[in-house]
Amino acid sequence: MALNSLGREIPESYAGRPLIPYGDPYAIRPQGSVAARPLKRVNPGEKKLLSSLREAIEASGLKDGMTIATHHSLRNGDFLLNRIVAEIAQLGLRGIWIASSSVHPVHAEIIPHIKSGVIAGFQCGVNGLIGEMATRGEISCPIVVRTHGGRARSVLEGSVHIDVAFIAAPCCDEYGNMNGYYGPSACGSLGYAQIDATYASCVVAVTDNLVPFPVVPVSIPQTLVDFVVVVDRLGDPAKIVSTTTRVTTDPVGLQIASYASQVIEASGLLRDGFSFQTGSGGISLAVAEKVRNAMRKGSIKGSFGCGGITGYFVEMLEEGLFSALMDVQCFDQEAVQSIGRNRAHQEISADMYANPFNAGAVVNRLDCVILGATEVDTAFNVNVNTESNGYLLHNTGGHSDTAAGAKLSIIVAPSIRGRLPIVRDRVTTVTTPGETIGVVVTERGIAVNDRHAELKEELIRRKLPVKEIADLQREICRVTGTPRPLEFEDEVVAVVEYRDGSIIDVVRRVKE
Amino acid sequence: MAGFKLRRSLLYVPGNMPSMLQNIPIFNCDSVIIDLEDAVPLSEKDAARHLVKRFLLNYTDRNKELLVRINPLDTRWGYEDLKVVLPAMPDGIRLPKADTPEIVERLDTLLTEFEEELEVEIGRFGILPSLESALGVINAVGIANSSERIFALAFGAEDYTASMEIERSRGGEELFNARTRVLWAAKAKGIQAVDTIFADVSDMEGLRAETELAKRLGYTGKCLVNPRQIEVVHDVFAPKQHEVEYALQVIEAIQRARQLGTGVIALGGKMVDAPVVKRAARVLRTAYAHGMVDTLIDEEAIHGAQ
Repeated sequence: MALNSLGREIPESYAGRPLIPYGDPYAIRPQGSVAARPLKRVNPGEKKLLSSLREAIEASGLKDGMTIATHHSLRNGDFLLNRIVAEIAQLGLRGIWIASSSVHPVHAEIIPHIKSGVIAGFQCGVNGLIGEMATRGEISCPIVVRTHGGRARSVLEGSVHIDVAFIAAPCCDEYGNMNGYYGPSACGSLGYAQIDATYASCVVAVTDNLVPFPVVPVSIPQTLVDFVVVVDRLGDPAKIVSTTTRVTTDPVGLQIASYASQVIEASGLLRDGFSFQTGSGGISLAVAEKVRNAMRKGSIKGSFGCGGITGYFVEMLEEGLFSALMDVQCFDQEAVQSIGRNRAHQEISADMYANPFNAGAVVNRLDCVILGATEVDTAFNVNVNTESNGYLLHNTGGHSDTAAGAKLSIIVAPSIRGRLPIVRDRVTTVTTPGETIGVVVTERGIAVNDRHAELKEELIRRKLPVKEIADLQREICRVTGTPRPLEFEDEVVAVVEYRDGSIIDVVRRVKE
Repeated sequence: MAGFKLRRSLLYVPGNMPSMLQNIPIFNCDSVIIDLEDAVPLSEKDAARHLVKRFLLNYTDRNKELLVRINPLDTRWGYEDLKVVLPAMPDGIRLPKADTPEIVERLDTLLTEFEEELEVEIGRFGILPSLESALGVINAVGIANSSERIFALAFGAEDYTASMEIERSRGGEELFNARTRVLWAAKAKGIQAVDTIFADVSDMEGLRAETELAKRLGYTGKCLVNPRQIEVVHDVFAPKQHEVEYALQVIEAIQRARQLGTGVIALGGKMVDAPVVKRAARVLRTAYAHGMVDTLIDEEAIHGAQ
């Protein structure tokens, strides 16, 4: 056991791998070269089209103990991962690691295969029941939670090697060219899958929409794809880009959004060339709407909108408020349609989006990002992985990446959630270190990290309710009382990797 | 002008909803009216007044004016409301169905008794009477003069239209006479006038139009049923930038005039005298509340040294 710089106890090793305790957000310098994969040769006349998933698994050379990956752009509508795991189980393979870009609640279907030993562990974070069961000790499999940028980093540096990547390809030809723009399972950007296609030993494209050669535009080219398989359906279109992208009508959420947008205006960043990322939650969209109005009013021409893209950002692009969208993932139907028709709506890989170990990611160019939290502590550390019950329920996404990259990262969260205060002495799990968080906005006040002293003065000058974060906590706890601390066993059920590969925290089994 | 209090937005909050009461500190309305009357079902009258009392006692860092709408004094709950809630020190009482001066006088007497019992300054609890019937509107002048505790008259259109046996329309033409009469009574007494609620929470355009009408007539504030309405109402009542600039020029001009030993001066070809200065001062106080000017102008700037 060693303490990392945030005072979290980190074991020496986990799942057979030595762990590096987190130190600070920017210090670690990578060594060596980008990981390699085998050279290939496909001669004229050779076919890539196979008749079934099973045939593709067999052709890929997948063996016990190897690692597979899928991408999560089909979100909670994905059928592919469940089908592949079922096929792998039927083939009698065991000890397979999953290194998908994320796992969603729909994938709870694979839980029996974790129990039976077909699946050995996860080289990625998980959303929903799998994490919950792991934290309750009901299943046992290592989980390494990674950020979007951190996952790309781990694959590029070779610390995670994907043996076989199965890529859901909404629009694909028989030679493996694909994009995500068209077809019944259209999901827009294939930004996460681009990493898998480039670095996996074997790449299998799986499509429900085989079109005549060549697919254009090409998101992932034929040169990277070994096999192509056609299935009936890749997913449930109703759930693929189902995020309800609506501005909140809750007065508390609107109050938070109003403060957040005033923080952005006070920051001085909202000028020509402004770059911005928000999530798809109701509060985030309310902030986006207010920022949009401020940009219109001030005739501000922004530079780019980034991240998971919603119809909101598409409208801002089309209105000329941004000159480009940098899209690693589409959140709704409007975004999917836009990326297929608008050249200024640029698909980017997870590497380009957020990897800390390349010659500069897009997040480094962000002025401002709006982020959520399940908990924040008085050192501004943020938790998005576990809930206050200690269960691992959420993946990190781009949270830590954008917080580290943007000039100003703003956390928006209601001060009370399910009767519990959002500001704690110590977050249950650190996802994103406080040194990369600028401002915490709640409906009861705005806490500014001392690193942004000028902004703090400006907010006070503008008569916004600026409070010390400890005072904000006291104020909230006067309403809620102070919750009894959770109790944990020693057993580590997951490690939370910071984007650079160091370990920022671990998730322990909850004592029940 | 001492004791000037901005009351652009008076937000109703049901007194029987803990989840809504606990959010009172966060909204930036000028006043809150915690409701023990219409929002609270008969079966919860008792529980609600104790909940409101607990909330007020815990709300120590008060950041807005707190009024409590009690049940009418001729019901079995009105007196009990006062008895439970007043020790928790609200700023005032919104009196529903204030149809006659006598009803207000009765509340005034009760408040004085409670103030003596609680050993607080006489006159500490204010009264905001609701004129919400034909009788109340007719009696507006008498009501305005019935108690020195009254800081504003409130017009209540929902009950008023019911008493008139008419429907409330979007344009509000049917309310025009009543609105004006309440205003006259308030202005004649030198107190504020608060306009009725706008019930359709999703119709922000309608709310804006009605608030603009109320402002044009002379109302200084509006009652609200949802926090989402605050922004629109404040926006309407906010002075325009050119009004603020002109007001600043007026104050500067009148100060110059005083140095010259006169109370009248020309500004841009127009005469500046006491009424113009008074209006400018009101604009600047409102502008200060909106954060449009950094300093609150002092009395001496307006009236000159004694």
